[in-house]
Amino acid sequence: MALRIVVLTKPVPDPAAAAEKLGSDNRLDRAASPAVINGNDEYTLEAALQIADAQGAEVTLLAMAPPGAVETMRKGLAMGAHRGVLVTDPALAGSDVASTIKVLAAALRQMEFDLVFAGFDTSDGVGGIVGAGLAAALQLPLLSSAARIEPNVEAGMVRVRRISPTGFDVLEARLPAIVVGTQLLGAPRYPSLKGIMGARQKEIVQQSLADIGLSGGEVGGAQARTLVTGRRTPPARSAATIVKGPPDEAARAIVALLVERRLI
Amino acid sequence: MAGIWVVAETNPDGSLARSSSELGTLGRTLAEASGVAATGIVVAADPDAAAAELATYLPAVIAIPEPAAADHAWGQLAAERAAAVIDASGPTLILASAGPDGRDVAGSLLALLDGAALVNATAVAWSDGESVEMSVFGGKLITISGFVDGTGVRIITVRPNAVNPEPAQQPGGVERRAPSGSTTLPAAAIVDRLESEGAAVSIDDARVIVAGGRGTGGEQGFELVEEIAGLLGGAVGATRAAVDSGWIPYAQQIGQTGKIVKPRLYLAMGISGAIQHKVGMQTSETIIAVNRDPDAPIAEFADMLVVGDLFEVGRALVTELKARKG
Repeated sequence: MALRIVVLTKPVPDPAAAAEKLGSDNRLDRAASPAVINGNDEYTLEAALQIADAQGAEVTLLAMAPPGAVETMRKGLAMGAHRGVLVTDPALAGSDVASTIKVLAAALRQMEFDLVFAGFDTSDGVGGIVGAGLAAALQLPLLSSAARIEPNVEAGMVRVRRISPTGFDVLEARLPAIVVGTQLLGAPRYPSLKGIMGARQKEIVQQSLADIGLSGGEVGGAQARTLVTGRRTPPARSAATIVKGPPDEAARAIVALLVERRLI
Repeated sequence: MAGIWVVAETNPDGSLARSSSELGTLGRTLAEASGVAATGIVVAADPDAAAAELATYLPAVIAIPEPAAADHAWGQLAAERAAAVIDASGPTLILASAGPDGRDVAGSLLALLDGAALVNATAVAWSDGESVEMSVFGGKLITISGFVDGTGVRIITVRPNAVNPEPAQQPGGVERRAPSGSTTLPAAAIVDRLESEGAAVSIDDARVIVAGGRGTGGEQGFELVEEIAGLLGGAVGATRAAVDSGWIPYAQQIGQTGKIVKPRLYLAMGISGAIQHKVGMQTSETIIAVNRDPDAPIAEFADMLVVGDLFEVGRALVTELKARKG
């Protein structure tokens, strides 16, 4: 039986566009910035696709996002994922991370999977706790900071190289399991023209909160227990001193600054 | 009763992680400001050394010897053992690091205790409730967040280097508490440990970091970076481009998908200062960049930009620094 991998893919404002801003309600202004698949999620998607290439696997993208995320998820399908599931509901706008975990856990309970991949964190939230939250909510093993993922379907096990302060810890757990992956999994592939064409035929199932057995009384913006109360612009640094000239003069200028600031 | 709980991490040698001494300091400060108790929790196969160290920052520490931590992934085990001792009957604040282990334990506790979480804090203060600062949008904006009134279990992950560790005037007491019962989360087993080469000076708490980017051109370029770091008593950092090229291990990577550092001196060699790198180092105290391009983005947030060839300037700097040392 082919391995079933669910890859969490969060649409985020494109960090490269650097156009992110908050709306007057202190929520992310999604119209201000083009959306892309979160960079760290592309590494785990690449890992899932490599497993599919090597031993066969059914790769499903899972996102909780506004309806427009269908277009962002399409890129993941063009890379080679087989299908997508988008949990989308007006009540979910303004969800906090605890709600996100509950919603994704409820969606996963309705899906059949052997592995769930989450990215190390998202470029907009930078929390990196959803994978661990899902593992606890679903009572599954958590294999995090993964640099390599080696499932063994016959044995019903997965092996992960976890980045440690001194190298790697090799972790092993029974399937199903949650894996949180890092950039060390390898650079994501670019979608081929064939992949892009094929993606249009692939299915993205949209599910409301009711579809996954939840309601706006349990999760979502109205239940958020955290709120942004203010914002400020970080203090600007004073303009850099520009040093041009021969290398030995430049080196002396550096040393002079180091001495002035008591750094040497 | 209400309380603040610090979930601490240990280094491979059993000592207290630096991020946990920062959390201990923060927990004590918040406890004093809000008038509640602060307690540290150390879950490890042998927690005693780290617990004693944590007690220099906090009035009370619970040490939980957990034999399974010797050969199992720490996050889920620690979360379950910590959840068992945390008294969540009143308003409860749990502090964990925003590093890999802290994230594991915080995410697990969030689900286990049905809490609310704020993540990756750059500062936490108390003013009639938690006031949590986060740096967002690649450092362009700082948001201030809080918890909705009546929220029971509040979890905050705090970035390394957000707080300066300061011991308390009086060390606290350590209570050793054996774990009771089996755990329900199926923590993954550690079946092997692989040492990686070149895991040199850790960049996490380095006072000086000399970092190289694409401009170093290869491993030889990093030898110069290493030489300068050695002369300044610092650690070597790198951009993602340099790590992806295999010139230096991932452990040294600084930026969005690497580490966030805040040294006193950041010397950037051949680093343009792209947003992905900037988010990892922009709060360094002094930033000096050496770059061929006078219009490199790093000029916008460096204290000094030396326009020139990094090898020529770097070698001249080595000569100057050696001359000073005599």
